[in-house]
Amino acid sequence: MKHETIEKNSALMGVLIALVISVAGIAEIVPLMFQAQTTQPSPGVIPYPAVELAGRDVYVSEGCYNCHSQMIRPFVSESLRYGPPSLAGESVYDRPFQWGSKRTGPDLARVGGRYTDEWHLAHLINPRDLVPESNMPGFPWLQDKEVDGELITTKMRALRWLGDPYTDEQIASASSDVEGVTEMDALIAYLQFLGVANNGRAQQ
Amino acid sequence: MSNFWSIFVIVLVVGNILGMVWLLFSTSKGSDVNEAETTGHEWDGIKELNNPLPRWWLWLFVLTIVYAVGYLYFYPGLGSYEGSLGWSQKGEFEQAIVENNARKAEFYAEFKEMDIPVLATSAKAMEAAERLFGNNCSTCHGSGGGGAKGFPNLTDDDWLYNNDPASLVATLTNGRAGVMPNLNLSPSDVTVMAYYVKHLAGDEVSEHVQLEGKKRFATCAACHGQDGTGNKALGAPNLTDNVWLHGSRIADIEKILREGKRGNMPSFKSILSQDEIRLLSAYVLTLSSSEEASAE
Repeated sequence: MKHETIEKNSALMGVLIALVISVAGIAEIVPLMFQAQTTQPSPGVIPYPAVELAGRDVYVSEGCYNCHSQMIRPFVSESLRYGPPSLAGESVYDRPFQWGSKRTGPDLARVGGRYTDEWHLAHLINPRDLVPESNMPGFPWLQDKEVDGELITTKMRALRWLGDPYTDEQIASASSDVEGVTEMDALIAYLQFLGVANNGRAQQ
Repeated sequence: MSNFWSIFVIVLVVGNILGMVWLLFSTSKGSDVNEAETTGHEWDGIKELNNPLPRWWLWLFVLTIVYAVGYLYFYPGLGSYEGSLGWSQKGEFEQAIVENNARKAEFYAEFKEMDIPVLATSAKAMEAAERLFGNNCSTCHGSGGGGAKGFPNLTDDDWLYNNDPASLVATLTNGRAGVMPNLNLSPSDVTVMAYYVKHLAGDEVSEHVQLEGKKRFATCAACHGQDGTGNKALGAPNLTDNVWLHGSRIADIEKILREGKRGNMPSFKSILSQDEIRLLSAYVLTLSSSEEASAE
């Protein structure tokens, strides 16, 4: 075949271009959608309870992922500082995942339990009260707004429709679970929930 | 990976490479083209030539294909085939951890026999401890150990718990949970007791406060001691000094009397090794004594 056959036949060229650029994705991504390793939760990983789920939305809406990753890479230095490397099965209930691609602040994949609730509260209001060198912005307004129970119930229904194993009781009680919970409380609950199932620390 | 997906990947990868080979050679021209061929395009007598790809360029493509074949032989890439080197990301990480543990064991070996006060005088040990402190302790206690509101200052000589080496190791290993209960005081009692606590630390207050406060202090004395100097076994703070962990304003003190307070030092048992905890305990001692020295 002459190259001019391809160059002069735009339909054939289009098909070949599509083939070339999709073959890597089809070979590398598509099989992952059907592997237990990537689609089944790791041991101990459960869907976010109502308050934690609301906190996750706060995390996303405040753009925390712009500075914090949730992906511990398999290097010694990272595991010494943050804990064991992240596993695919730990992100199965994250839609979308919060792996991030930039670390201005530290990785948060296993921050759950690392600090006390009180520390998080003081730190989120004004990080420099605790860490004078910090360049993280404060988020004091999160204390002023309460979580919308109805919205969380709807979201949990949607997530169940997508396959997250929420029980009827969880969905029924979601609204009362988040009653009186501020966005700050929810965010702290979310942070304390991150990675605790497999943080390499003995259950205490 | 199931057989189906393994074959799926192999077919795609091999097919892709074969496709590249086919594309490369089916569109290349033989070297027997002697006279310059043209594409037939001509503009004012200028003709577009249709020369073959330069040979070196063609060989670069061939090289990438050879490289791909070699890579797929040595490394995992073809479905479930693990590659002749048996390399995996997980294996490499685990190997690195083993090597790092060995290096750590070697480093800490010389400190094993040293008592904590002796460790505190070892420059090598304290250099390592400073880094451990930066990674694990500074977020709450500050990078210099100066603490913050609600998080104890480690550079002064005021200790909530005992500061003998064994107690320091216990604090770091198991954490500490201090509890100031909510005593359900009436609002007026809260105010009286807040001023009385300030009085214990040396402030002038009215006689009424002194009398009423003293009467009600019996409840407090259970943890803070008859004279208010605290109890290090419980982590009950000394109220007679001028160290105010949760703030020295009357409003701060009233808040604690109204709501109670839970102090929480997390356990580092599963984050740090005993060797590292011993080094950090020694480091905390040096923080405190350096302040004393500079105060003198």
